[in-house]
Amino acid sequence: MAEPPRKVLLLGSGALRIGQSGEFDYSGSQCLKALREEGIATILVNPNIATIQTSEDLANRIYFLPITPEIVEKIIEKERPDGILLSFGGQTALNCGLALAKAGVFQKWNVHVLGTPLEAIEATEDRELFVKKLQEINVKTSHSKAARNIEEARSFANDIGFPLMLRAGFALGGQGSGVAHDETELHFLLKQAFAYAPQVLLEEYLEGWKEIEYEVVRDHADNCITVCNMENLDPLGIHTGESIVVAPSQTLTDEEYHSLRRISIQVIRHLGIIGECNIQFALHPQLPEYRVIEVNARLSRSSALASKATGYPLAFIAAKLALGKTLPSLGNAITKITTACFEPALDYIVLKFPRWDLDKFKEVSKHIGTEMKSVGEVMAIGRTFEEVLQKAVRMLEVNMVGVVGNDLSFTQVREAIMYPTDKRLFAIVHALEKGISIDQIAQWSHINKWFLYKIENIVAFSRLLQIQKLTPDLLRRAKQLGFSDYQIAKYTGMQEDEVRSLRKHRGIIPYIKQIDTLAAEYPAKTNYLYLTYQGSEHDLTQEELSKKNITSPSIIVLGSGAYRIGSSVEFDWSAVNAVQTARTLGYSTVMINYNPETVSTDYDCCDRLYFDELSFERLQDIYEFENPKGIILSVGGQIPNNLALQCHEKNLRVLGTSPVEIDRAENRQKFSQLLDTLHIPQPEWQEMDTLEEIKKFAKRVEFPVLIRPSYVLSGAAMNVVFSDEDLEKYLKDAILLSPKYPVIVSKFETHSKEIEIDAVANKGEVILYAISEHIEHAGVHSGDATVVFPAQKTYLETTRKIKRIAKLLARALTITGPFNIQFLAKNNEVKVIECNLRASRSFPFVSKVFRQNLIDLATRSMLGEHIPPLDKSALDLDYVGVKVPQFSYSRLKGTDPVPSVEMASTGEVACLGEDLYEAFLNALLSTGFTIPQKNILISIPYDENRFLFLEQVKKLHDLGYILYGTEDTTRFYNRFGIPMYMLYKVHEEKKPNISDFIMTKQIDLIICIPGKYSIVERGDKYVIRRLAVDHNVSLINNIQVASLFVDALAQKRRSPQVIKAWDEY
Amino acid sequence: MVHILQRKKASLLLEDGSLFHGFSFGAEIPTQGEIVFNTGMMSYPESMTDPSYAGQVIVFTYPLIGNYGVPAQKREHQIVQNMESEKIQCRAIIVAEYSDHYAHPTAAKSLEHWLKEEKISALTGIDTRALTKKLREHGTMLGKIIFDTPLHEPFLDPNEQNLVASVSTKQRIVYGDGPFHILVIDCGIKHGILRSLSRPDTTLIRVPWDYDFTDEIEMYDGIVISNGPGDPKMCDKTIQHLRQAIQTYIPLFGICLGIQLLALAAGANTYKLKYGHRSQNQPCIDLITKRCFITAQNHGFAIEKNTLPESWNTWFINANDGTIEGIQHATKPIFAVQFHPEACSGPKDTSWLFDYFLQEIKKYKQQQTVLTQPHG
Repeated sequence: MAEPPRKVLLLGSGALRIGQSGEFDYSGSQCLKALREEGIATILVNPNIATIQTSEDLANRIYFLPITPEIVEKIIEKERPDGILLSFGGQTALNCGLALAKAGVFQKWNVHVLGTPLEAIEATEDRELFVKKLQEINVKTSHSKAARNIEEARSFANDIGFPLMLRAGFALGGQGSGVAHDETELHFLLKQAFAYAPQVLLEEYLEGWKEIEYEVVRDHADNCITVCNMENLDPLGIHTGESIVVAPSQTLTDEEYHSLRRISIQVIRHLGIIGECNIQFALHPQLPEYRVIEVNARLSRSSALASKATGYPLAFIAAKLALGKTLPSLGNAITKITTACFEPALDYIVLKFPRWDLDKFKEVSKHIGTEMKSVGEVMAIGRTFEEVLQKAVRMLEVNMVGVVGNDLSFTQVREAIMYPTDKRLFAIVHALEKGISIDQIAQWSHINKWFLYKIENIVAFSRLLQIQKLTPDLLRRAKQLGFSDYQIAKYTGMQEDEVRSLRKHRGIIPYIKQIDTLAAEYPAKTNYLYLTYQGSEHDLTQEELSKKNITSPSIIVLGSGAYRIGSSVEFDWSAVNAVQTARTLGYSTVMINYNPETVSTDYDCCDRLYFDELSFERLQDIYEFENPKGIILSVGGQIPNNLALQCHEKNLRVLGTSPVEIDRAENRQKFSQLLDTLHIPQPEWQEMDTLEEIKKFAKRVEFPVLIRPSYVLSGAAMNVVFSDEDLEKYLKDAILLSPKYPVIVSKFETHSKEIEIDAVANKGEVILYAISEHIEHAGVHSGDATVVFPAQKTYLETTRKIKRIAKLLARALTITGPFNIQFLAKNNEVKVIECNLRASRSFPFVSKVFRQNLIDLATRSMLGEHIPPLDKSALDLDYVGVKVPQFSYSRLKGTDPVPSVEMASTGEVACLGEDLYEAFLNALLSTGFTIPQKNILISIPYDENRFLFLEQVKKLHDLGYILYGTEDTTRFYNRFGIPMYMLYKVHEEKKPNISDFIMTKQIDLIICIPGKYSIVERGDKYVIRRLAVDHNVSLINNIQVASLFVDALAQKRRSPQVIKAWDEY
Repeated sequence: MVHILQRKKASLLLEDGSLFHGFSFGAEIPTQGEIVFNTGMMSYPESMTDPSYAGQVIVFTYPLIGNYGVPAQKREHQIVQNMESEKIQCRAIIVAEYSDHYAHPTAAKSLEHWLKEEKISALTGIDTRALTKKLREHGTMLGKIIFDTPLHEPFLDPNEQNLVASVSTKQRIVYGDGPFHILVIDCGIKHGILRSLSRPDTTLIRVPWDYDFTDEIEMYDGIVISNGPGDPKMCDKTIQHLRQAIQTYIPLFGICLGIQLLALAAGANTYKLKYGHRSQNQPCIDLITKRCFITAQNHGFAIEKNTLPESWNTWFINANDGTIEGIQHATKPIFAVQFHPEACSGPKDTSWLFDYFLQEIKKYKQQQTVLTQPHG
């Protein structure tokens, strides 16, 4: 091995999206820590500003720029690193690296790819090559053939036979993959797949085979180990990202486990991986037959899961190995006395459950299969299977109280089990409750019976709870089987509180256990903890803890739970920063979180990590054990925030703003009253339960109005309605209106600007604030909006009003800590629409652009530090930050890619620029958007809008673009003398037709503006937008964004791409 | 449904007086033994049939046990193919959460059924992590499994008996008919070793632990000393025989207890580890190549460092605690390892040692042929 590198470039993974989520923030951060320890300079490219890895102290230099070959080459040219790491940033980094290698960039600038060599990466990415490579060592892959076009594919399909599996190469999370049962289905899938990939792979469909994974680590000296194996509860046919997964495997014999392990090592050695990789197997449920499905020659979602499941820091070790270290020379970070060259022994079971948000997308099929649709995941740790399954279900935060005890029923239970949806587990529970046999369910689902027996144990025990006297033994066993106090209360007719005091009286408490990688074989000073009822003693002693508490009192910080739409990596950033500040101030820090894709669940992040539920029951358990100075629940998003009032009622100390005040801001009635008292304007609203009332209200305030249910029910979305007809339709289709379930109706302000303030206050005094503006007018959810900070086009008068209102509210609610207020502004009139007394989604964004860590300040105030108000104004910044959303529409088949009042984006990116245009374009490019080369298709409804966009269309024409339009749009602009060519709508079936143009890639950009907000358009516009997404054509669907884009494009022509690092602004 | 609360209550009493309450899922027979923990995550059938566990009660640190049931025993040429001996060898097992139901195509019965058949007691519902920590801190302890009434017998240390004698074969057994004749000294051999050595070109002659082969060394092309239970110093006869064998040039391969017997024969000393190595994840470094191997282990005694005579080298060491894991004679084809290259359970990353041994046998036989040729 050559000399270690002096300066290393690390590619991040960009925005969070389905198939590529927060796990890469974890792996990148670990990698940077590993490199820092070796004294190597690091440069990071990642436009995901909300990540921990892009914090000031981890990399030496950070570029908030798109991870595209073009830009990365420019960074290489400027920075001249001698090494590059491609395996820590998911498929994005890997693909970018492969493109750079192909273009000869690494050779040109003498950059060495560290870790797994490029040839090995290529061998795992190109299916045909992969199959060939494995054949060389007689390792079986599924019978498969690669096809480069539809004709080839069809002929191969005849050889392999139906049903068959189709996979698109180079696809993150299996995009464009699926099972074809016949010619028609095959044709459909092929058309989609070839839109994304240059080749597809057809292979035998291994229905019902077990899916097993191994995480393998190898160093350059050929030491090779498997750190963890995992078994999917859902057999093959369901993407591993969509499966319930357990670690270690539960239904494999020693022989099976070790033969697959041996093959894993054989394959990884043959491929020449250096660092970490994941290998997936299909294992026949009856016979000793296996197939290798794939190898991911990089850190992955599974490796993040395996790291958290075992306590073995895979990404950290992989980084060290990439630098040329060997496994035996590295230590076990947990025990500190043993080596990293070992295979962890677990004395607990881990279960991962995917978190879907399919209810947010009405048009998307709820079926799960070979493509990934889940947006996040949870991981539960325990010592019985029943315990981890019940924990995991609650952790999802989808209103399920556990595996049993939910009010769910299935009319067609057989279908619900045979054709899995996100609710299959509950369909199985329902079937078991109805007395359907395990054999029958196993036949329908192909799920191994062992898992089904365990689920049945839960169902059967719930019956026992209903009929038997609740003896201490029964109660203890219920807890061991994962029943929450609430579930037990429900089955026994008691109150939750009664159950809790009964079991505490009987000494039935959960025990705190350590994760130590060696099943207690060696003493370990680990702070990685979980709670279980399968135990009789704590691993930590309370005496030790209370002794520690005297010198450094503990602070509990609550994390954010699973990533889902609306709550993502930004809350992980906030939680980690709160912990860091508390640590700096000498507190002993305690983190509670259960999301394996996060940095906050790295055990080196805090003094004690409880990888467990964020339920009030569990919080109380930990609180009673820890006896902390207090709890910080305002940095982890809505899940911890919702615990505020319960904490208050049960006298748990909450740091910062009082829970009573939090409730005052959260409760619509109370908050509205407060605004009235303070004479702060708000949009008119009313809670109503009859259609007549609503109609009357709408007539008075004038349509459109925004309607939302005032109760929580997943799936019932808010909506904007424009007429009595709309209203009737919505109330009929979407929600049930009754005195028990009223709705909240408010005036929907059109053509209003949306402005947000993120701020920190101390005892009611604002210390620091940041005002940002949205590009899109009101009507687009703030999480889906393009956000500019500092606000560039907000009137000073408006700014002044916003500041004043923020100060008023801070004082009125005696805020101590973070808060965020959202405003509507029109003609210098400002109205408050929402106020959250917690960190918001935009805290990392404004903190990093502003170079003022708002969470650090907020934590200091919550901990009672004296902080004088900071005299820093965002007006002094001579650069701009723009944050844009990342959507995952291409994975959510059938959704209308259109902005609405319901949030739909799965992630975000933010870039800096000398001006708004530069920052905006960089951010847009970071989401996978490409600058159009030649042809643009425009479709804008209503002459009013067309007229507003007239100047921009002229500019596009002047820039030399060839413009196409739908009929009315074309006619309108032609009238103004702008050349535009008309394309027929898809349903018109006449040529030249839009669909042909899109499918043959003759269109580079589509600007397709919806008619009305939130009304599902099943018409032509929907088809255009959907075609754009399905064929990977850039799409703009909002008129303000389109307008900004045209201006930015015009400006970009005049100035070259600026490559500036964060510290150079 | 049989659920844990319907099972008979039973407890584990340790010699330090601590008591762990659980439920019985095996034979309801009070029993006692040396309590040891095993950190392997699967493979209970292999561990339970390993004769090295004779006299011991196994605590499985992995909480869920019994998931895939127990297979029907498969034998080929008197060698058990899917277990390590013909019967359960340990005295009892202790688990956290016994799986009442099992599911596997190879399963013939439940673990519970098997335990009852073979009259072995078993406890579930025990905090095996707490128990393991106790054993780790205190060192291996004696313990009793008790049912309704306390067991008044005193604690008996199984290591004071000759456990090897109790598990070793009583007669000479020959397997195969290949040209290479390997003498296998059975001190409680795992059938995995027999499986690893049975090849078309080998004949295995399995003999009792105290079989005196010293007059017939020239009949064999190699000698294997197997694994086995208990204190190596109890096997004085084997040690005496080995002392003579190592004076010759015959290839010798010791495994587990075999390494300890060989070391004692060479003049080194052995000692009892505080709590032993019983797992499938022990990293061992080959001091010649610096390569690290993951190995399966099951031993409570080890070779004392710096007691090996000069003509012997340390070959492998444990990467975690530095204990001796392999030795090699400086000039002769004599070597031994503390770990189990045949695995079962565990990784087979060091199974090349059997090939290496057979190569040495071939070399030896060639030399023998050359040497004996002039005499006709």
